[in-house]
Amino acid sequence: MPERELTFAQAVREALSEEMRRDSRVCIFGEDVAEAGTPFKVLSGLVEEFGAERVLDTPISEAGFTGVGVGAAMAGLRPVVDIMFGDFLTLTMDQMVNQAAKVHYMSGGHWKVPMVMRTTLGATRRSAAQHSQSLHAWFSHVPGLKVVLPSTPYDVKGLLKTAIRDENPVILFEDKMMYKMKGPVPEEEYTIPFGVADVKRTGDDITIVATSSMVQVALGAATLLEKEGISAEVVDPRTTWPLDEKTLIESARKTSRVIVVDEGYGRYGVTAELAAVIAEGAFYDLDAPVKRMGAMHVPIPFSPPLEDLTVPTEQTVSEAARQLCGKS
Amino acid sequence: MTTTTSKHDTGREVSSAKEKWLRAYRQMVRIRLFEEQVNELYTRALMPGLAHLYSGEEAVAVGICEALRIDDYITSTHRGHGHCLAKGATPDRMFAELLGKEAGYCRGKGGSMHIADPATGNLGANAIVGGSVGIATGAAFAAKRLGTGCVAVCFFGEGALGQGSLYEVMNLAQLWKLPVIYVCENNLYNEYTHYSETTAGDILGRATAFGIEAASVDGQDVRKVNDLATRFIERARAGGGPAFVQANTYRYSGHHVGDINREYYRSKQEEQQWKTERDPIKLLSKWLIAESYADSAQLEGVHSDVHAEMEAAVKFAVAAPYPAPEEVDQDVYA
Repeated sequence: MPERELTFAQAVREALSEEMRRDSRVCIFGEDVAEAGTPFKVLSGLVEEFGAERVLDTPISEAGFTGVGVGAAMAGLRPVVDIMFGDFLTLTMDQMVNQAAKVHYMSGGHWKVPMVMRTTLGATRRSAAQHSQSLHAWFSHVPGLKVVLPSTPYDVKGLLKTAIRDENPVILFEDKMMYKMKGPVPEEEYTIPFGVADVKRTGDDITIVATSSMVQVALGAATLLEKEGISAEVVDPRTTWPLDEKTLIESARKTSRVIVVDEGYGRYGVTAELAAVIAEGAFYDLDAPVKRMGAMHVPIPFSPPLEDLTVPTEQTVSEAARQLCGKS
Repeated sequence: MTTTTSKHDTGREVSSAKEKWLRAYRQMVRIRLFEEQVNELYTRALMPGLAHLYSGEEAVAVGICEALRIDDYITSTHRGHGHCLAKGATPDRMFAELLGKEAGYCRGKGGSMHIADPATGNLGANAIVGGSVGIATGAAFAAKRLGTGCVAVCFFGEGALGQGSLYEVMNLAQLWKLPVIYVCENNLYNEYTHYSETTAGDILGRATAFGIEAASVDGQDVRKVNDLATRFIERARAGGGPAFVQANTYRYSGHHVGDINREYYRSKQEEQQWKTERDPIKLLSKWLIAESYADSAQLEGVHSDVHAEMEAAVKFAVAAPYPAPEEVDQDVYA
């Protein structure tokens, strides 16, 4: 029997509906999440199945309803808070950083915040500087939060289910360009643990560590490189915290060359942290410095030819790989 | 109905009223004497960090919390000792927390500004002004959704009126008819600035604009605070939705214990006037004596009992051990 395929959006929806059936404490709120099912139609059908008491449209008040999510989680619900565009996370920062992340520790372990925040990242949708950023590094920086970056329909379903069952505040970033991407998702129940990287492709000559939107870019680059006789391994950490340092280091030791690709800004970003982990853990096995590739340090421009220059592509990643392998 | 009330019932009402207000009196004295000990600990350099005293505002916390059930929720502020005690926290574990000791409510990791206690519904004091308005509203959302019948009270100072998230959650609470009471303690000063310099327009109007029932109350009169709180809380519990209280009160001390020279923002005469004419403990004591619920000797007895309780609690906290170094990275994640 051929494996069932779902789109990324369908996989998100299936994870939510399964968890909502399993646990009546799970509820969703955010802007246009009910009848509209979000602008990306990711949540279509959920309000029909679970009712307006569990799928709630909020006012356009990100700080307010994120705070409501924190309090609701402390008082016994398991809210999934929807932030329509990752850029709007700036409005939630106090609630996420000063409240959600710290409640458990500050209360001496007495209160818990089992809340999930779902939001987006990623450029190239021609949405300009305030609807295109990838701000997951900020949250990866804060103790008390867990940060999830799924890159396939299979991963997003298993990771989102884990996020909902987690006792901590978890923020899950979905690449908005990926919602229509199809991939195999088994019918049977599964979850994916946090802190376990996935080797998306095995190879011997170079490791490309890639997150979220950049995993497909890395796989495309690996295909190009294969034609030239360079065997690239693609490793997807899947969560930036907790981080599977072991798998990254082992792959780096094996191939001796590493590129880290992430759609957040390069400076002070996720790539810096991953590169440092690899450099510290595999220094004596590396044949070249770890190469970092992130978004260009500019606000995302609207004009399509300009926007396309700001993020790593199959071409730029494969070119960097050739250089690292001394084959350019 | 009064014609059918038996003597026995009337007697019971009297004794329950007497019990109720004597209890409120004791609670206010506990807060006052707790804060006196904090001031002492701080000035003797036994207490690390900052301390924001609640002295002068006792009738607000006590008037509100005496109308709550133990499982009802509160959120508190950086000036939160009074709320925590009024909701049922014990002074020994509070002092231990203030001193960073393991026996504290938060194992010493929260300190004065972050006391939290699930056993008394205390979702936590918060050191971000207005930082807990969402949390209280969310707890009310959970209470409604889970059908627990609980109500959430969100304490904040008038300084929090400057935070936009307050208006976001009030809008939402009214739309969703959530059982939450917003209690604005107007002690006149946003830290070192009179609120009239920071607050345009009408305070109650901020709530009534959302259709939220709102009222102002003399925050030095615990009976008035309690009457209003009881009405709003029972209404919220019955599904009537949120309410907003402006409790007019006064902060006897500085913004924090170290804020000693205050004359650039308020006069000593003003402070003295509140202390002599509007002190919540004195006001209730006068009333208790006038109603023959207590005599001054009995009330003095309350003070000496509570003083002994606080001394013992401080002693416990001072002697209590600090958390072990291994504690430092425990409870970052659940």
